[in-house]
Amino acid sequence: MTQTDLLTLLPNILLVTWACILLLVDLFIPQRRKGMIALLAVFGLAVVMGIVLAQAGREMTAFNGMIVVDGFSVFLSVLFLATGILGIAIAYGYLKRMGIERGEYYTLMLFSISGMLLMAQAADLIVIFLGLELLSIPLYVLAAWARPRLESEEAGLKYFLLGAFATGFVVYGIAMTFGATGSTRLSEIVARVAGGEAVTTLLLIGAALLLVGFGFKVAAVPFHMWTPDVYQGAPTSVTGFMAVGAKAAGFAALLRIFVSAFPSLSVDLVPVLWGLAAVTMIGGNLIAIAQTDIKRMLAYSSIAHAGYILMAFVPYGNPKVAHDSVASALFYLVAYAITSFGAWAMVIALEKAEGKGLEINDYAGLGRKHPAMAAAMTVFMLSLTGIPPTLGLIGKLYLFRSVVEGGFIGLAIIGVLTSLISAYYYLRVVVVMYMRDGDPQVTSESWLNLTIGAAALATVVLSFVPAALFTLASDAVLKLF
Amino acid sequence: MEGTIPLSYYIAVSAILFTMGALGVLIRRNALIVFMSIELMLNAANLAFVAFARSYGVLTGQIFVFFVITVAAAEVAVGLALIVAIFRSKHSIDVDQMSSLKG
Amino acid sequence: MLLEYAAIALFIIVATAIGFIAIGLGNFFGPRSSTEIKAMPYESGMDPIGPGTRRLPVRFYLIAVLFILFDIEVVFFLPWAIVFRQLGWFGLVEMFIFIIILLVGYFYAWKKGALEWE
Repeated sequence: MTQTDLLTLLPNILLVTWACILLLVDLFIPQRRKGMIALLAVFGLAVVMGIVLAQAGREMTAFNGMIVVDGFSVFLSVLFLATGILGIAIAYGYLKRMGIERGEYYTLMLFSISGMLLMAQAADLIVIFLGLELLSIPLYVLAAWARPRLESEEAGLKYFLLGAFATGFVVYGIAMTFGATGSTRLSEIVARVAGGEAVTTLLLIGAALLLVGFGFKVAAVPFHMWTPDVYQGAPTSVTGFMAVGAKAAGFAALLRIFVSAFPSLSVDLVPVLWGLAAVTMIGGNLIAIAQTDIKRMLAYSSIAHAGYILMAFVPYGNPKVAHDSVASALFYLVAYAITSFGAWAMVIALEKAEGKGLEINDYAGLGRKHPAMAAAMTVFMLSLTGIPPTLGLIGKLYLFRSVVEGGFIGLAIIGVLTSLISAYYYLRVVVVMYMRDGDPQVTSESWLNLTIGAAALATVVLSFVPAALFTLASDAVLKLF
Repeated sequence: MEGTIPLSYYIAVSAILFTMGALGVLIRRNALIVFMSIELMLNAANLAFVAFARSYGVLTGQIFVFFVITVAAAEVAVGLALIVAIFRSKHSIDVDQMSSLKG
Repeated sequence: MLLEYAAIALFIIVATAIGFIAIGLGNFFGPRSSTEIKAMPYESGMDPIGPGTRRLPVRFYLIAVLFILFDIEVVFFLPWAIVFRQLGWFGLVEMFIFIIILLVGYFYAWKKGALEWE
């Protein structure tokens, strides 16, 4: 191991070491002071984020090209670490309130985040697989965290079975790709394919299986069946973390694999990706209309948003627009992460023990009783729909633009139409909040309020300076091609 | 190599195993058997890896198998714990009965 | 090349056939009378009480799961042991780090009482 190796993997090494230390420290902390672990975990995440930021602008390749540091990895690592910090912020009071506070919660989150970092940095299919598992296995446990509540246990088991099923596809896809090219390194795969040494049939099977596997992970239709059940059954703080972090990590791996290893397959894959994106947008948005439970509604909304992000994959084979489309995918991921985190934090604020307070009707009267909360929720709903002045709109504009420039006008039209449909169920929440009378019970808790406020503020303010963020995303993907 | 089994045979067996595993997941309703089917899928991939690694004469595939085995063990630990937990609270591990979450 | 396997195929066919023939002959020629008493596990013993399979204490699962984890991790020792000399100090330190990580898990399980039987 050289110094470069160490420096490249330093954020991950630190994070895992810190998680191991916290695991042991937790053993000696009395039950009523478990909150300390949360603070220590946030501290660790902040330090690691500092190191990642210090890596920005550098290009490093380590472990014989298995791990890289580039703009893409730094951009996504910061996103994942921020997701982790927010995930702990919304969990801190919630776990106490629900009586499920245990120190391992935060340790498992740290392990999961280190898996995400590994996925962002991976340049080899082996590392992508390891990152995927390191990310998923702690999440299986977290989904069942509210044990012995049956809903949570079932969510855990379902997530586990479907997740492991998806892993099977990913592993077999990697095996086929390896069989086609004789290597698992992304750079070598692309070189072999370019040199005409690859077995095209096997490569196509491999790419298709990888797409299925990651389709499960990012919850694309028709691989989405688990999403509503798991999102609903898991503790809401886990759901928020899962909806943002796991999805973003899945897209990170998909982008890295497809853009840097399979550009030559775009001719065959584009129709498939087109169909997948279209079905996901339509399916997610249509089923969301019928939901009365806010967690299920947001689950279908997250499926629909996976469809929007998948749109960015469709023109990836066209060198003229590929760069912009991948950058807009990253931009949309950030926009979705901020907005969706805010929305889940709102769900936590209104959720009460025994799964009460989760109906959309429970939000009635929020506009009168808690105007600030209602305003924040309105911002999130507008952003998820794509109505100005919010980040969600800007993200969609960038996405649609790159899709249209790539010549897929039909897909862009589907995107716009499904956004219109989605307005129905997002705005229904707003209508219920302001137009109906009710007596909503809101838990006011400083970390949670801070998260909601920050997310709402960022959603609005960043929408006025989108160019800066887009430039960041754009610089991040430069080296992918 | 005289008298050795050609690569395509291994890949055929591995593809059959993978299909059996995938079908098992979709058809069987017992959580334990579903889980065993998933393991079958992983091992089908392992077989393919080793076969490809030998035919290319590189070690990558064999190393991957090590990782798959260990990761599968971690999955087993978590999965069995979840299955035992759910069996203790509802005395059934039939995945069709996991319906407290239909909205 | 395939011909070499013909003998094995023949062997499998014959062996299977013999199995079926043996059971078939018995079924065909043997006199059979099935009564409730005959269907009992022990024909002249006590009447069986309760279900045939007993539940095991859940502690067995815990120990078994821990065993699987620590058992499988040993798989990384094998390739390491083969190239141990070439790796030199680097390999030794690396393996110590690996073992420390395993020990963290072991210590955690221990402190949580997963290894206590009573």
